[in-house]
Amino acid sequence: MKLLLRGGRIVDPSQGLDQELDLLLEDGRVQALGEKLEVQGAKVINCQGLVVAPGFIDMHVHLREPGEEWKETIETGLEAAVAGGFTAVACMPNTKPPNDNAEITRFILERANQVGLARVYPVACITKGQKGEELTEFGDLKAAGARALSDDGRPVPEAVVMRLALEYAKNFDLPVISHAEELSLSEGGQVNEGLASATLGLKGIPSQGEAIAIFREVMLAHLTQSPIHIAHVSTKLGIEIIRSAKARGIKVTAETAPHYFTLTETATLGYDTRAKVNPPLRSEEDRQAIEEALAEGVIDVIATDHAPHSELEKVCEFERAACGLIGLETALPLSLRLVERGTFDLSRLVSLLSTNPARILKVPGGTLRPGSPADVTVFDPEERWVLTPEVLRSKSKNTPFLGWELKGRAVLTIVSGRVVFTRL
Amino acid sequence: MEAGFSHRHLLDLASLSAEDIDHILRTAQNLKEILSRPIPKVPTLRGKLITHLFFEASTRTRLSFEKAAKALSADVFNFTARMSSVEKGETLLDTVLNLEAMGTHLFVIRHPMAGAPHFIARHTKARVINAGDGFHAHPTQALLDMLTVKEKKGTLSGLKVAIIGDIRHSRVAHSNIVGFRKMGSEVYVSGPATMLPPEAEALGARVCYRVEEALEEADVVMALRVQKERHGRKLFPSLREYAQAFGINAKRLSLAKDDCLLMHPGPINWGVELSPELQHHPQNVILEQVTNGVAVRMALLLLLLGGAS
Repeated sequence: MKLLLRGGRIVDPSQGLDQELDLLLEDGRVQALGEKLEVQGAKVINCQGLVVAPGFIDMHVHLREPGEEWKETIETGLEAAVAGGFTAVACMPNTKPPNDNAEITRFILERANQVGLARVYPVACITKGQKGEELTEFGDLKAAGARALSDDGRPVPEAVVMRLALEYAKNFDLPVISHAEELSLSEGGQVNEGLASATLGLKGIPSQGEAIAIFREVMLAHLTQSPIHIAHVSTKLGIEIIRSAKARGIKVTAETAPHYFTLTETATLGYDTRAKVNPPLRSEEDRQAIEEALAEGVIDVIATDHAPHSELEKVCEFERAACGLIGLETALPLSLRLVERGTFDLSRLVSLLSTNPARILKVPGGTLRPGSPADVTVFDPEERWVLTPEVLRSKSKNTPFLGWELKGRAVLTIVSGRVVFTRL
Repeated sequence: MEAGFSHRHLLDLASLSAEDIDHILRTAQNLKEILSRPIPKVPTLRGKLITHLFFEASTRTRLSFEKAAKALSADVFNFTARMSSVEKGETLLDTVLNLEAMGTHLFVIRHPMAGAPHFIARHTKARVINAGDGFHAHPTQALLDMLTVKEKKGTLSGLKVAIIGDIRHSRVAHSNIVGFRKMGSEVYVSGPATMLPPEAEALGARVCYRVEEALEEADVVMALRVQKERHGRKLFPSLREYAQAFGINAKRLSLAKDDCLLMHPGPINWGVELSPELQHHPQNVILEQVTNGVAVRMALLLLLLGGAS
C-alpha cells in the first residue's frame, strides 16, 4: 500500500524542514520526501495549502477504561484522538482498578488493538493502588507494554518513595512522570488561591504548592541522576524552578496543557464547573509565563490532560464537581492561536506536539525521516469552525471551549501508513 | 412591583449596583411599617410558594425569612436536609426540580458549598435567594447590616467600617466588604492572620494585622463569630488568646468614634469575640439588626416575586 501526500507544507523539526514537498508512505513506513515525486500505483492525496507533520503524540490523556466507561472508552477516546490529529496517546493509570499490574496494561493494549485507531502507550502506576507506598513491578509492567510511570492525579506524598521510583526506573529505562502538587497545601482546594478563591469563597490552591512539589522532584532527579517529567505545569513559579534546574543540567522535562495558556482563573468566576481542573486555572501572569516558557523551550510538550467527565460529575455544586476537561479535539486549534500571535512558529508547535513527546517517552515517531513509522498528521491551519457538543467524538462534552470559534483543524490522520481519520 | 429592579435572583452583592442596593433598602424601610401594625400582615404575595432549602443549621436567617414570607401572606415549604431524601442520596438538582414541580415560585437556599445557589439558579425557572453559601456570600445579612447603619447614620458613604474576626471563613464579611465598598465606605478587616487572607484586598478591603488600627475612628465595628465548626485545622492556639488579642471589649471599642455602632451577625460567643460587658452597651445595635432582617427579606421577596405593593 503506497500513499503519496502531494504538495503539502512539510513541517518536521527533527530534520529542520519547513517547505512544500511530497511525502511517500509505503508499508507502514516513510519511504521518501522530495519535490514532485513520481510513484507508480500510489494513492495520491492532494495536500496543497495543508500542513503535513509527524504524527502528534498526546502524552497525557485519561481514557477511563477500565472502570468508568460512562465517561469515555478506549474506542471513543481514540476516535477523539485521531479527529484531533493525534496518532498516539499515553493513557494515565487512574482507571478503576488502576493500571498497577501487567494484566491491566495488557487489557488496555488489547482493547486499543481491537479499536485500531491511534497508538496507545499505557502509563503504569508508580505505586501499588496509587497509594504512594510500595513500588509496582516496573519490569513486569514494561514487559507488558507500559511506556512510562506515574501516579497521576495522586502525587507520591513521600520524597523517599519518589527517590526509590526514580532509581528503580533506571533499570527498565522507563520515564517517570510527576503530578507535582503539595497535598497538604491544596487539600480541599477548588480554584486558584488569589482572585478566584477570594471572589468565589472557595478554598484556594496556592501556586506555591506546585512550585514546592516541582522543586522536590528536580532535587530528586539531581540526586538520582534519573530523568523526571513534570506533568501539566500551571505556574510561573514552577517554570522558574524548571528553568534553573535545566540550566544546572538536571534531567527534567515538562509539559503544559492548552487550557493553561488559553484561560485564566476568571473562567471559574461564575462557578462554571467546566473550568474546574487540577491544577487550577491560574492568573494572567502565570498564563503569560507559560506562553513564554513554551517559546523558550523551558516547557517541552503540549499535552492535553484530556479528562472526560459526564454530566453526573459536572452538573452539580462546584465543590462536588470532578476536576478536568477534555482536550484531544481542541489542542491543535488552541495551540495554533499562539502561532498566530507570534509566540512561536509552526516548527516549534510540531516539536511541542510530536518530536519532544516522542523523545521523552522514548517511542517511535516524532519524525518524518525515511524509515520511520508512517504516522502523519495533516491539518488545515486556516479552517474556521465552531466547537459544539455535536462535533465532539469524545463521549463526554466537558470543555469550557464550547461555543468558541476556532481556527485550524486536523483533516487527515495516518497511523502506520493507514488513514484512520479524514475530513478530505 | 417597584420599577427599576431587574434581577431574577439575589445570589450575591457583587452582581448588584449601588442603585440596586439602595432600591432594596428603601423598599425595606417602607415595608418596616407593616411589622409594627396590630396585625402585621398584608396579602401581597398570596398564592406564592416559597421553599426554604436549608442544608446547614440556621436560627435567625430561616425564621426571619419565614416571618417575612408570612407577613406578605406567601406559603412556605420548610425543607431541611436531614430527614429528607438527601439522606438517600438525592442530588441537589433533583431536589430542586422536584420542589419546583410542586409549584415553588422562589427558593431560599443555604448550603455549605459556595456557589450552590448560583448552580440552582441556572437550572430552575423559580427565583433564588442566597441565604448563605459556604465561605462565599450572605447577601441578605449584609443588606440588613447596611439598613441598620443607614438608619443610624443617615448614609452609607464615607464611613469607616471595621470587621474583626475570621475573615477567611466568613460569608458575612465577604458580602459586607463588597456591599459597603459599593456604597462608598472604607472597610478595614483584622483578626488572626491565619484567617485573614491577603486576597481580601482583591475585594477592596484594607487588611490590618493590628486590631487597634482597624478600630481607630471607626463608624461601625462588626465582630464575627469564631466559627469553630468550619476549620479543618486549628487556626489559632486557644480561645483564651483569641479573646485577649482579637476580642472586642469596652477598651478596644473606645478607639472607635464615640457614636460608633457595635454589630454582630449572630450567633455570638460571648467572652470570645465580644466581651460580656458589651451586652448592654449603648452602641450595641445587634437586636435591631435582627428586626431589620425581616424587613430586608420582605423587600427581596416583594421585588423578586412581584405582586402589587
